[in-house]
Amino acid sequence: MTTPLLDVTDLRVAFAGRGFRAKAIEVLHGVSLSIGEGETLGVVGESGSGKTTIGRAVLGLVKPSGGSIRFQGADITHASPKDRRTLSKDIQVVFQDPYTSLNPSLTIGDTLSEPLVVQGARASEARARVQTLLDQVGLPRDAAQRLPREFSGGQRQRVAIARALAPKPKLIVCDEPVSALDLSTQARVMDLFIDIQRRTGVAYLFVSHDLAVVRHISHRVSVVYKGDIVETGSADAVTSTPEHPYTQKLLLAAPIADPMEQEKRRAERHRMAELHREQNVQAGVA
Amino acid sequence: MSIEELSIDPGLAAPPRKSPLRRLLKDPQALITSALLLVIIVLGLLTPWIAPHEPNEAQLNAINAVPGTPGYPLGADQNGRDIASRLLHSINTSIIAGLIGASVALIIGVTFGLIGGYFGRRLRSATEWVFSLIMTFPGLLLLIILMPVTKGDYRATMLIFGVLLSPGIYRIVRNLVIGVKNELYVDAARVSGLSNLRILSRHVLFVVRGPIIIAAAFLAGSAISLQSGLAFLGVGSNLVPSFGAMIADGFTNLYVDPTQFIWPSVLLGTLTASLVLLGNSLRDAFEGAKLKPSKLATPHVQAQRRDAGEARSDELLSVEGLVIAYPAPSGQLNEVVKGVTLSLRAGETLGLVGESGSGKTQTAFSILGVLPPEAVVVRGTIHLEGRNLLGLKERELRELRGREIAYIPQEPMSNLDPSYTVGAQLVEGIRASARMSGTDAKARVLALLERVGIQNPQRTFDSYPHQISGGMAQRVLIAGAVASRPKLLIADEPTTALDVTVQAEILDLIRDLQAELNMAVLLVTHNFGVVADICDRIAVMQNGQVVESGTALELFHEPKHPYTQMLLGSILDEHTVRTDPPAPVAAVVGERN
Repeated sequence: MTTPLLDVTDLRVAFAGRGFRAKAIEVLHGVSLSIGEGETLGVVGESGSGKTTIGRAVLGLVKPSGGSIRFQGADITHASPKDRRTLSKDIQVVFQDPYTSLNPSLTIGDTLSEPLVVQGARASEARARVQTLLDQVGLPRDAAQRLPREFSGGQRQRVAIARALAPKPKLIVCDEPVSALDLSTQARVMDLFIDIQRRTGVAYLFVSHDLAVVRHISHRVSVVYKGDIVETGSADAVTSTPEHPYTQKLLLAAPIADPMEQEKRRAERHRMAELHREQNVQAGVA
Repeated sequence: MSIEELSIDPGLAAPPRKSPLRRLLKDPQALITSALLLVIIVLGLLTPWIAPHEPNEAQLNAINAVPGTPGYPLGADQNGRDIASRLLHSINTSIIAGLIGASVALIIGVTFGLIGGYFGRRLRSATEWVFSLIMTFPGLLLLIILMPVTKGDYRATMLIFGVLLSPGIYRIVRNLVIGVKNELYVDAARVSGLSNLRILSRHVLFVVRGPIIIAAAFLAGSAISLQSGLAFLGVGSNLVPSFGAMIADGFTNLYVDPTQFIWPSVLLGTLTASLVLLGNSLRDAFEGAKLKPSKLATPHVQAQRRDAGEARSDELLSVEGLVIAYPAPSGQLNEVVKGVTLSLRAGETLGLVGESGSGKTQTAFSILGVLPPEAVVVRGTIHLEGRNLLGLKERELRELRGREIAYIPQEPMSNLDPSYTVGAQLVEGIRASARMSGTDAKARVLALLERVGIQNPQRTFDSYPHQISGGMAQRVLIAGAVASRPKLLIADEPTTALDVTVQAEILDLIRDLQAELNMAVLLVTHNFGVVADICDRIAVMQNGQVVESGTALELFHEPKHPYTQMLLGSILDEHTVRTDPPAPVAAVVGERN
């Protein structure tokens, strides 16, 4: 077996508590995952589960308090700012909110060419690359001269994807990239993600709260619950026949867009909830 | 789907972009003040060539010369010095004073503001401490005491004054930077491998530049005033021509020749007033484009037929041909809801489904009577139990909203006041709609909290909103909404901000309460799963129109309108799982179940 592209082992992250000498609050209690080249790992969990923190630790935006993150075999857990700058060619990000993730006072062209220029590209090269990127994400070529506020949410998210693609990365951390979008836009942006992956071989760490989105885009899925990964497996196995009770609860809670099917699922969910209650009562008695 | 099919989004006709500079050029105040400043500055620059005399050149025969004396256009002062020449030289003194004061304050304040705002907590407290210390110094007194050090040179004095002014700039910049630092685009820039220096200069400073430019104009004004003030008091070298010194001279000579006092005062006043007014215009140009929060008001009803469209008896709510418009900047009415017709029977749930901008929330708000004041209801009727809601007075509507119609919002947290306990807010709501004593109301609230599935009602009653979770907050708001046993509940995306496990519980709760109270529910949502779970009937909205409506079963199984078909087709269904292998097939790694 070759080394995976990204290998996270026993990752722990703690945030400083509020106030003087307050206890640190640990939000990740030893998370392990790995992503191969050209693969999508879906990370699914509810708010406060720590799923976003996993992505931010990989990006170096939060400091891990334990464990290791290896990228292409090299340890990047505590990479120096200089190493991070080199790494930024290989690891990129698409954030959830397309409204705050683009600098409102820079044109789209400036936003896209900046990382290239910083990495040492000439202005003319950068300009040509920006045009290719805009084509790649399906935006008109004159978009480069516009400001972010002239674009809709879906279009802004395309710009954010183009920015992530600019240095031809090997891994993109996607933090809820379609959650803020309308249904039809969401479907098109997801197709764009899959299309780009097929053509460029980039790997995704795809963080989402939506089981349906993760199922659609991931090869493998990890379920995060209160700072631990409770289940990992193929997208099909985890999202259709989950083993862990929490994943089962998550699946049954997600409504199906079909009244008849949803009625069945609802009944099933109530039955499970009743079962758990009885078990708890028995456990309490025993 | 190929990239061509993904298509270039239509509707990208660029609206004209107005830069702050262009907005500034359209503002008469900005034009006049900058023209005045320009004239004064040019006069100052030309002084060596146009001034007839040296500023300190005294002629005995010119003492108190009247204006118009040959060689002395504005006359001469009690020492026989030419007033016009001294005025011109004073301009330069003032401008140098303003420039030194403002730039020292800006350089120190902006630099440390960026450092204090962007970097860690320790560096911030250190800079904070130093600038608080500077702020405690009594400015004017310090400048006078330090005269031996500055040797009376006004430039050295302005240097120190700049330092004394810098805490103000530091505060402005630091606060702006703290706000901008957590924006995602700064994170994105860090991920792009940009150095801190570049992020600060290009992403942070560029975004916060507006308030800094505004402050610069005010700083220059106050530096000029202070320099004149000190000169008026006679602090500093009296060889330097300055408005302050000239005013002081004119003041002592007021009874002999009052005009000597007027010239420098007018010029100094014009200079500082122009700077302050230009600063105001700059503020308008940079910050004026912000949207103002709008107050709720009874919508303006343009036309209505009171007799027409009487509601049928079995319908609780009937909306007919509703058209809502907003005035465009050109003065024309821009329709956002274009003839919506809906009806709702008691105990029924109607899902109003559509994408953002479809007008679904506008429709819901018009039923509640809480459209913004600029909204115009062009046509249509809204009947609740046969009573037309459009045209009711605000007082009547308020009564209706408390008792008959209830509302659950999308963001439960922002609908609770953070400074009152949950219980106090619910009690207030109940006592506003029904006369009862405080103790009765409290008992009722506790019962309601228990009814909406809160484990420990007393604890939640005593909690502040930040102490409870989002799901709990939504339960609290539902408790408040159903307190008056309303006939109609309007829920605007009630579960969008919640986790899916919590969403399921909230939907269960709404369903139970509906059956118990025989209440009609109008559910505004974009989520077809939620619709399938709870709605009896569905109305699909697109661009302000209902394109299709029917029972949930019909609509899901046989959608007729292409838009409904497209929406249903976009749903990520239960059975589509990604089957293609990771992109470069050769490089597949890791265990795969």
